[in-house]
Amino acid sequence: MRKKRFGALMMFATIATTLSCLGFGFGATGAASAATPTFIQGTLIDTEKNPLPGVGISATGPNNFSSTSITDSSGKWQIEVPVAAVYEVSINQEQLPDGQALTDPTRATIKANVISLGFNVTILFPIGPGVEKASDLERGAQLLADGLILALVIALAALGLNLVFGTTGLTNFAHGELLTLGGLLTYYLSAIVGLKVIFAVPIAVLLSAFIGGYLQDKVLWQPLRRRGTGLIAALIVSIGLAILIRYFFLFIFGGDTRQLPEYAGQDGLTIGLVSITPKSIITSSIGLAMLIAATMWLSRSHMGKASRAVADNPALASSSGIEVERVIRAVWILGATLAGFAGIMVTINQGVSFVLGQDLLLLIFAAVTLGGLGTINGALIGSLVIGVSIQLSTLFIPTELKYVGALAILIIILLVRPQGILGKKGRIG
Amino acid sequence: MDFLFITQQSLSAAIGVNTIIFALAAIGLNMHFGYTGLLNFGQAGFLAVGAYSVAVAVVSFNISLWIALLIGIGNSIILALLLGIPTLRLRADYLAIVTIAAGEIIRQIARSATFNDTLGGSDGITGKFGKEFFDLNPFSEGLNLPFLRYTPNDLWVVVVGWSVVALILALMWLLVNSPWGRLLKAIREDEDAVRSLGKNVYLYKIQSLIAGGVIGSIGGFVYALSRQSVQPDNYGTALTFFAYTVLILGGAARVMAPVAGAVIFWFLLVFVEQFLRQAVSAGYIPDWLIGVNQVGQIRFMLVGLGLMLLMIFRPQGIFGDRKELALDARA
Repeated sequence: MRKKRFGALMMFATIATTLSCLGFGFGATGAASAATPTFIQGTLIDTEKNPLPGVGISATGPNNFSSTSITDSSGKWQIEVPVAAVYEVSINQEQLPDGQALTDPTRATIKANVISLGFNVTILFPIGPGVEKASDLERGAQLLADGLILALVIALAALGLNLVFGTTGLTNFAHGELLTLGGLLTYYLSAIVGLKVIFAVPIAVLLSAFIGGYLQDKVLWQPLRRRGTGLIAALIVSIGLAILIRYFFLFIFGGDTRQLPEYAGQDGLTIGLVSITPKSIITSSIGLAMLIAATMWLSRSHMGKASRAVADNPALASSSGIEVERVIRAVWILGATLAGFAGIMVTINQGVSFVLGQDLLLLIFAAVTLGGLGTINGALIGSLVIGVSIQLSTLFIPTELKYVGALAILIIILLVRPQGILGKKGRIG
Repeated sequence: MDFLFITQQSLSAAIGVNTIIFALAAIGLNMHFGYTGLLNFGQAGFLAVGAYSVAVAVVSFNISLWIALLIGIGNSIILALLLGIPTLRLRADYLAIVTIAAGEIIRQIARSATFNDTLGGSDGITGKFGKEFFDLNPFSEGLNLPFLRYTPNDLWVVVVGWSVVALILALMWLLVNSPWGRLLKAIREDEDAVRSLGKNVYLYKIQSLIAGGVIGSIGGFVYALSRQSVQPDNYGTALTFFAYTVLILGGAARVMAPVAGAVIFWFLLVFVEQFLRQAVSAGYIPDWLIGVNQVGQIRFMLVGLGLMLLMIFRPQGIFGDRKELALDARA
């Protein structure tokens, strides 16, 4: 059934502008790109990644070239340029919505250097809450709320990553693609098949669990374990898998970020000091419930205890009657379910693109490493630290550098406490 | 289908500028991963430091290119120390995560609007910062053979680039066959055994990280000079992973392997791309299946698949020795 649909899906795949940014190969091959249209382009989003539609952006260049583009509903704009040259791109600040302004007012006009035709140039106008909008207290409260939601997304993903690491020793670089899978399935089920989001989400979660958990382990990782593939070899296999899946997603989905048709432009509710959308409240509640259920299951159920036994010592667990392979399969399915829903949370609130998971993967790794590889509570605490500190750090550093801050925290904590906050000392060395 | 064109493009790429860049990146990784067993996933960061050092020093500070190259090497040594001192005491997978994070930190700082004035933001830096290098170009005409085609500037980069690669390979051969190199291999096989012989493993690991990092940053020089521009998004994690693919394709822990890997990698990559491109535009592959613009994605999917299959079925690569590199050791 899935296979039939792909034929239709491929029609929707659009030009991958991202690939032109990669730039590999073009220098030496001189691919026949002279005739391809060339754009100066960008996406106008605020710090919460909400698109800002209806803002005029204009470019001027040599030979009295002048053209204007209005950002569309997903905040995208693009201006086609005739020749390779330096263009001046400016934003009409008056059309920005209330409370939003350029974070750096001197960057209302940016020079765009089109090196040669066929190479699109992407321009970023950093937009943030206007200076007049909020006090530090209000901003802090809003960022704390955003940070907790981000922490929840990271925690959902990190739990599965950490369980798989604990039971099999695999450092899975393809874990981010599980998030993208959940998001893309939801998008296809709601935007293409036409299901309502409330029906699309459970189906997408089940499909993620089946494809990303059951099938992935059965087809790839279990045979590799049987072959006795080493941990570092398996790690590199997961990198190959991540590249394969990511470009497959790009192939069928295209390079743009898309919103679900339902709930796209929801207004925020003001609760106390913070403004939060209903869809965000609902998805976060479900996510939190799933996270609590998963941790309860791990600590109370027979299978959960068995998974910890396997993590501790597979040989001993096996000899005391635990079916190690079944436990690992269960852990994969649980991990894929949680990661799939984490991807769905991002999709509903910010839209989905083929790099959704890749963008979060390093933060997930940071959270897991910070808490201690292989420990369940460690993953949760690490996620909380990473999620909240990323958002709160924007009080002091530019928004675009917030991930840098989080990754720097990771390196600093590893300096002081190499095993992570809750990690066992025996795991390093 | 124009097979002459396809072959010409593929062969030109196979010994072209990109091959040199990836060969240098992979030679550095060979030092880290192949000989010392260090899982450095931040090699793109070393290339970025090399490339940006040159571009920033020449364009923003008007320093002579030759001094800028020295600054680039100095910066990559500093980066290796910054990375190595905290992380080399950790287990292999921790090192992998920390180095990949460091590589991303470098890229995101480079593309941030905050440092736009010196680092050029997301557009990077474009300028004639290679002028002093291209002024020495003795080739007034490019190469235009039936199977090989370069512009004069590319030809000059290719000639100098391969000379540098040859020099580094010779040096590498001397190094890994010296007592120092044997010690690195011993660390890769069994760190504790080396430690029990009274050797300072930590110090040797840092030396290996510096050596491989400097070689990587030389790859960054080639990247920057050949294009006369640096762009932050070229130095993402994909660059590191492709360099690993190149290394494993050739066979880790073999001196010549990264070069062989890079030549084969780029030949196949360009061949597949050009072949599919022509097959699509000639109508052999229906439009609804693969559009012309999707060809690039297919070849990257093949890279991922290739890396998986290699690692599963032939982890020693084409020229490697399975006994030499025991990747199967459980950590």
